[in-house]
Amino acid sequence: MDKKAIVYINQFFGQVGGEEAADHPPEIKEGAVGAAQALAAEFAGDITHTVICGDNFMSSNQEEATARILEMLEDIDFDIFFAGPAFQAGRYGNACGAIGKAVKEEFAVPVISSMNEENPGVEMFKKDIYIFPGGRSGAKMREDAKKMAEFGNEILTSEGPFPADEYGFYKRGIRHQYFRPDEKTAAERALDMLLKKMKGEEYTSELPIPEVDRVDIAPAIEDLSQVKVALVSSGGIVPVGNPDRIQSASATRWGKYNIAGMDRLENRASEGFKTIHAGFDPAAADEDPNRVVPVDALRKFEEEGRIGKLHDEFYVTVGTGTTVGEAARMGQEIAEDLKDAGVQAVILTST
Amino acid sequence: MAKEIERAGITIVQMANLVPVAKTTGANRIVPTISIPYPLGDPKTPEDEQWKVRYTRVGAALDALETDIEDQTVFKVG
Repeated sequence: MDKKAIVYINQFFGQVGGEEAADHPPEIKEGAVGAAQALAAEFAGDITHTVICGDNFMSSNQEEATARILEMLEDIDFDIFFAGPAFQAGRYGNACGAIGKAVKEEFAVPVISSMNEENPGVEMFKKDIYIFPGGRSGAKMREDAKKMAEFGNEILTSEGPFPADEYGFYKRGIRHQYFRPDEKTAAERALDMLLKKMKGEEYTSELPIPEVDRVDIAPAIEDLSQVKVALVSSGGIVPVGNPDRIQSASATRWGKYNIAGMDRLENRASEGFKTIHAGFDPAAADEDPNRVVPVDALRKFEEEGRIGKLHDEFYVTVGTGTTVGEAARMGQEIAEDLKDAGVQAVILTST
Repeated sequence: MAKEIERAGITIVQMANLVPVAKTTGANRIVPTISIPYPLGDPKTPEDEQWKVRYTRVGAALDALETDIEDQTVFKVG
């Protein structure tokens, strides 16, 4: 195979030294140096260079280290980048993930690593690069390197897609569109699943919902008439121009919009509010956004004294294709804002 | 999102049509809505009917905020 690879390893596996050499600044050497040879043994192409960097240098000067390494790679022609294996070494895992992500973004080549499931680098970077489950220590070097190299051979010679289930790397939560070899339509597959479910047989969902941790139940509000209530929605209701450019799917942004003095949300035709949510027919929400964000009903309850006050801003994002991670981050940011505003109770509407 | 807001100590009720999803994603107080594209008012029904649906369900959500619960609870409406 006529493909070129570059390998990133730390000072220890690059044979510079142990902990005393952890401040070693990044350097690049020709060929497969130190532990990179374990990859060279299985990789069908050619490992042309090895980048070596001290773990501490990387963790305390990550920006500088990354910039220096990217500069070293600028004039080198390569097809794939390996980082590690990093086993259970936290700093090394972070280094492999950080440089791997940067290389992938800068040079658009596949990046493959290996880490033990306990390595924090897995959670941090499994969405950015391919990370294979690995052993706890260097004793598993040969095995872990083999997995990385074999997947490298595969990804450079086949077309994909490369499902995590089949190849064994940590799931990245990325969906691909492709033609199934068996050409079974969604309807047929859904019926197969339903029949299996009815017979009490095992089946595999195509939309696995990630396990979630529970959160302590917040205490009941004693008297809502003394409290400021806010509206939050994942239904994509925004002012007609979508000023914050919230995405219609897989959102990473949220907005808050002032409703002080409004009895209701005016609709799209009146240049008021509309939905940008790509996951449902927008007609009903555009015609009357209160169907999704019930400002009118809450104003009525405010007038009746049922609630103390409707918060002057409502909060919104789009909840389709949005990852659990992004939703959690946006939730945290919105919660901060609500707390600063003295909001004690929230109605969240979802579509 | 509901979970993170609740984690911050703010009492929250989620109004959702896909109740099983709301349950899985960790909302503790849930009030069902009538559909996905129009959670609180079916455009095929008269205005006053839509208002009734919205007022009743939002009212149920307010009741839920004032209700002490031990476990995740899906509140009945009306």
